[in-house]
Amino acid sequence: MSDLESFRRETRAWLEANAPASLVGQVGNELEGTWGGRKATYPSADTKRWLDRMAERGWTAPTWPREYGGGGLSSAQAKVLAQLLRELKLPPPLIGFGLTMIGPTLLRFGNEAQKRLHLPRITRGEIRWCQGYSEPGAGSDLASLQTKAVREGDHFVINGTKVWTSYADKADWIFALVRTDPNARKKQEGITFLLIDMDTPGVSVSPILLISGKSPFCETHFQDVRVPVENVVHEIGAGWTVAKALLGHERTMIADAFGAAGPRPDKQGGRSFLAQTAVEKLGEREGRIADPVLRDEVAAFEMESRAFALTVQRTKDAARAGHQPGSESSMFKIYGTELNQRRYELLVRLLGPDALGWEGPGFSDGDLEITREWLRSRGNTIEGGTSEIQLNILAKHVLGLPA
Amino acid sequence: MQLVLSEDQELIAATARDFVTSRSPVARFRALRDAGDPLGYAPALLREMAELGWLGLPFDEKDGGAGLGLAEFVLIVEALGRKLVPEPIVGALAMGGFALAAGAPAALRAAWLPGVLEGTKVVALAHQEPGTRYDLARVETRAEATGGGHRLTGEKLQVLDGFGADAVIVPARTSGGPADRAGITLFLVEAKAPGLALERQHRVDDRNAARVRLDGVVCGAESMVGGMNEGAALLEAVVDRATVVLAAEMLGGMSEVFEQTLEYLKTRVQFGVPIGSFQALQHRAARVYMEIELARSSVMAAARAVDAGQADAARLVSLAKARCSTAYLLAANEAVQMFGGVGMTDEYDVGFYLKRARAAELTFGDAAFHRQRWAERSGY
Repeated sequence: MSDLESFRRETRAWLEANAPASLVGQVGNELEGTWGGRKATYPSADTKRWLDRMAERGWTAPTWPREYGGGGLSSAQAKVLAQLLRELKLPPPLIGFGLTMIGPTLLRFGNEAQKRLHLPRITRGEIRWCQGYSEPGAGSDLASLQTKAVREGDHFVINGTKVWTSYADKADWIFALVRTDPNARKKQEGITFLLIDMDTPGVSVSPILLISGKSPFCETHFQDVRVPVENVVHEIGAGWTVAKALLGHERTMIADAFGAAGPRPDKQGGRSFLAQTAVEKLGEREGRIADPVLRDEVAAFEMESRAFALTVQRTKDAARAGHQPGSESSMFKIYGTELNQRRYELLVRLLGPDALGWEGPGFSDGDLEITREWLRSRGNTIEGGTSEIQLNILAKHVLGLPA
Repeated sequence: MQLVLSEDQELIAATARDFVTSRSPVARFRALRDAGDPLGYAPALLREMAELGWLGLPFDEKDGGAGLGLAEFVLIVEALGRKLVPEPIVGALAMGGFALAAGAPAALRAAWLPGVLEGTKVVALAHQEPGTRYDLARVETRAEATGGGHRLTGEKLQVLDGFGADAVIVPARTSGGPADRAGITLFLVEAKAPGLALERQHRVDDRNAARVRLDGVVCGAESMVGGMNEGAALLEAVVDRATVVLAAEMLGGMSEVFEQTLEYLKTRVQFGVPIGSFQALQHRAARVYMEIELARSSVMAAARAVDAGQADAARLVSLAKARCSTAYLLAANEAVQMFGGVGMTDEYDVGFYLKRARAAELTFGDAAFHRQRWAERSGY
């Protein structure tokens, strides 16, 4: 038996013995997941137990080194673990930007003290992180950011505003890009990547209401916030390098989310959610969706999703076979988000007038959710780098077209 | 299913690309066209491909093949598609050859398959009749029983690689009405058979295609490919395999024409700068790139699914053909637009790719046809 097979067997046995039975099948969405943090509330004692048991083995961050609270697993072993979690219908014990964004960034750019302090607190779910990048005057042109960081002894004093700071109201720490040198030759050169405790005096957070209603987005304000210089990641003035690497993680994360959302091969001839919705709303004629035009659109969408999911799979298979990844994350960001928009555009049209509900009587919860998601999906091609910025990246870095 | 090439597969692809680049640049296709060559290809080059082991690659070892699958064969065909290599692979090998392998009885198989794999015989498959579009079950050609055999009468159009072929496999109606799935039988008819007329048809893509007219051609029972009245299933299976092969050829063509376009964008100067520095063109080029990536994944998946006999193989074939149809046309249309005026001239090669893209799209079903088929097979 190969090492991987015995790992699979042992892991399955451990999961079966240690995963709380109440969590089986509770594979919820982003809102229902376990994010951890000082302010965390857990829906049940089992949720917390599951987090603690997995964290103890380092399996909240399976591939991180053990000395930083990770599992020290190879990517093949981590894949086995993920497969088993799916098979056993177990939710991830912990999710969040600590695991997907700042953690990998610290592993690459952080100093030893930063790794020892922050990474174990992430893997144990003790600290929840948020991201402070965009500003009211710095969206796609992120490098023009203006949040000021003025050196005073062994502190920086921060003044400015960050927008689109997802879950800032629930986060404990923020990783932020600040301007330490307003006179740098290039605007990218005066930027520093800084870790800030949200409990520091002068930090305040206000939520943002979207066209789709309530959202996790916030504005985060900094007024004379004092941050120790040792919280600089990498070097002072080298924040742009860190930021770009992290944006790559973010794109991959977004792409993964949308790639994974693509339709799986049908279960035993069962219809996809989209097709089933079409049948329910439009009726059936001789086994076909009664409206031939919308039927064609459902097929077109599903085929495109499948081709996209296969492309995501191909990239992963190639990475496992040792091929260097290219700038695929830009392609996945563009394609995955546009597909998600098309999905909701189509769903809304399948629903017809049922899609016009905002709240209250006469509308089903499922239909109300689709309407909100349709509106929310319009942001997918803006957040995390607009489609246009991603197309620029593809054109220059993949296709080699001149600047 | 692993969507990554093994080392052996990488080697097959690289060998094919090298061979095609040195032995059959697009200039060769152009020269054959300009000369009005009736065959439109070179039998000697076909034999050379056979000697490289390419023709036998996707056939069973017991038939003299290499016992590999479509997953490998598509790599060769993709290379051929890049340079518009005109030898009879899609029409003959992937239709006639696959049909013989799937349904010919021992004696017929022994008489024809070795020659097909050696590149010394060309066997085409006549799957279209006037007005049938992509419906393989629409067969009006009649096969009337005579003493011990059948007498075939009818007309077939755009038989790919049919002109100059040594034999044509002809689906004919042995029972039922013109649109019935049951009642179709496949017969191998030799080109020299009395009553058979093969005429070269000239298509927009200059591919070898023939009109086949059958006027009371007599076929013995020994020339039957597959079971009596059961030809539809065989025909569908063969065309599915051939569709994957065609999709691979399309993938090669779209990749090549896109690379030529990128090169042009980098070198063509207007307003004092390379036109590839304009964002309006950069973004469109990036979108073509993405469509080609999706097409590539679909072709790889379809080839592997057919090889493995996967339950959803037919859907993945439809996916590959639909994606390739859309992406190849996009790449070719954008090529003509981005090349500008010279893209419209016969002197430049991009027009060849546009014509090939259209011809391939309208062979074995366009994207709309395959969306229907996808929906059908997905239970809605």
